[in-house]
Amino acid sequence: MIMGTGKPLDELLSMLEPYNKIILSGCYGCVTVCRVGGEKEVQLLASTIRLARETKGEPIEIKEVTLERQCDKEYLEAMRSYIGDYQAVLSIACGAGVQFTAEKYNLPILPGINTDFIGVTEKQGVWAERCQACGDCVLHLTGGICPVTRCSKSIFHGPCGGSSKGVCEVNKDIECGWQLIIDRLKMLDQMENYTKLHEMKRWKFSRDGGPRKIVREDMTE
Amino acid sequence: MIVPCTGRVDEVMMLRAFEKGADGVMVVGCLEGDCHYEKGNLRAKARVTRMAALLDIIGLGSFRLRMFNLSAGEGSKFAQFVNEYSLEIAEHGPCPINVLRSNKSASLENIKREE
Amino acid sequence: MKSGSNLEKVLTAGHFAVTAECGPPRGADSQVIHHKAIMIKGHADSCNVTDNQTSVVRMSSMAGSLLLKENGIEPNMQMVVRDRNRIALQSDILGASAMGIRNLLCLSGDHQIFGEDPQAKNVFDIDSMQLINLVKIMRDEGVFPNGKEIKGPPKLFIGCAVNPFADPFEIRVPRLDLKVRAGADFVQTQCIYNFAKFKKYMEQVCQKGLHDKVHILAGVTPLKSAGMAKFMKRMVAGMDIPDEVIKRIADEPKEKQAAKGIEMCIETIEQVKEIEGIHGVHLMAIEWEEKVHEIVKKSGLLPRPEMN
Repeated sequence: MIMGTGKPLDELLSMLEPYNKIILSGCYGCVTVCRVGGEKEVQLLASTIRLARETKGEPIEIKEVTLERQCDKEYLEAMRSYIGDYQAVLSIACGAGVQFTAEKYNLPILPGINTDFIGVTEKQGVWAERCQACGDCVLHLTGGICPVTRCSKSIFHGPCGGSSKGVCEVNKDIECGWQLIIDRLKMLDQMENYTKLHEMKRWKFSRDGGPRKIVREDMTE
Repeated sequence: MIVPCTGRVDEVMMLRAFEKGADGVMVVGCLEGDCHYEKGNLRAKARVTRMAALLDIIGLGSFRLRMFNLSAGEGSKFAQFVNEYSLEIAEHGPCPINVLRSNKSASLENIKREE
Repeated sequence: MKSGSNLEKVLTAGHFAVTAECGPPRGADSQVIHHKAIMIKGHADSCNVTDNQTSVVRMSSMAGSLLLKENGIEPNMQMVVRDRNRIALQSDILGASAMGIRNLLCLSGDHQIFGEDPQAKNVFDIDSMQLINLVKIMRDEGVFPNGKEIKGPPKLFIGCAVNPFADPFEIRVPRLDLKVRAGADFVQTQCIYNFAKFKKYMEQVCQKGLHDKVHILAGVTPLKSAGMAKFMKRMVAGMDIPDEVIKRIADEPKEKQAAKGIEMCIETIEQVKEIEGIHGVHLMAIEWEEKVHEIVKKSGLLPRPEMN
């Protein structure tokens, strides 16, 4: 899932200063799972902003709407009938959703959250990064644990000299990715994977090669 | 507003009460440890704490939202809580939003009279 | 000869080598390096110049290396993979060699969170292992990674670092093995305070026959005070300072601690001289370069051999 965190209230109020009639749009996709952009969060944020603005003597009208997803044109279409009545849209979907809304409608579309990473729900209330979308997956060689994401230095022959008791030198809340990989390779009896010298990574397949596109010939007309 | 358990009271309800014109909001639940639904009142307490802090950031004052605990039979205690809290809120004055709203409608009234 | 460097000659001839270390200044004043050079000259076979150590911006390692060279000291340039992609790394490899630098250490680098620019972009295009291999291919095969010929291949003696005190311990020797296979010619270890652990590490190294394939220099750093020891123990990841070691220096009155630190450093050097597979010592007297002479002399390592 794509995970994000809400922007601080003062940043949002600063973005919304020029407007007094907006739509606040959420998404039933990823941001609902990580409890930052779903229907409930739309309601809560809308009330918060309305109260904050009215306290300042500058009331704001907010239409609350949650779309199935904001990354598909068909679902964004749902706003067509009323969007013309508003000055701006504050979207608390991920960055892709915010941008796709902007591509579709000619009015300011503002990001209400900071999109952080592709991750998993470790437990309720705790989400952690797992994938860098590098486009060149090597999980079969590292026991299913990603060296690009889980190692702070994205090393391919770790751990570095800063690994201490399974913890990364960067901060004690980060597990040493390479300790995890080695533990797992041992468990799977695949330690011969550790002794390989890996080729330099092909970053061209990641965002480093430019914004990416996937075209499936069998699915396009 | 009556609910089967304060655990049912969510953050949005608390904020909307202020949008509807409340000067203060009391969330009254069972004594801790006595919740019929086990932890409902504890969840409510955590929500009240978070929303009260948000009220400070918004500028309305965290004192306007508070959790109270008592048992179902303590009717007089309920009355006591309400009286005391009402006085406390009165001392602070009405919610700034309500002041602004009544000023606005007062000036609208004036404009109407002038017309 | 792979590079013809003084360090290579000393090690190849079988002498016990001495390398020192010098941290460039946080400014553009070359006098700082000239001053440090005076304190080191004649007491080491070559001298490391760190590369933005702990991610704190300093004069570049290449510039510091050239300034050392001007003073007649052979530099060991350091390159971390934290800040430069493979294009910049290759370019600096060629530039260093062109300017007469003959020793190059290939390192990961401390994460930028430790420095003063924690918002900087993390490069880590390739890791230190791949950098070692890259230099080796450029030097020995005379080609770029894509196979195209290099007109004037670099001549560099390839170094790397190991930390026998980091976790997990059982992977440290296999990782050294990888570095040797990648092309490392010499190794400098993290500074040694836990001698027992270091001995255990070297036993495994020799069991694997790695001591015959790469020159290992034991890292030592003199403690200036008990405070420094405690600080390093607490704050530096991968640093192993046993409590008995701290106690030894802490038991001294404050004004005698520095001398004790030097004494303990010399003791460590004497001990590592006896370990099979150790071909030299890497003395990191950071910001205490004035003690290099005393330490090297009292360890019986002067004069340094003059190689042709």
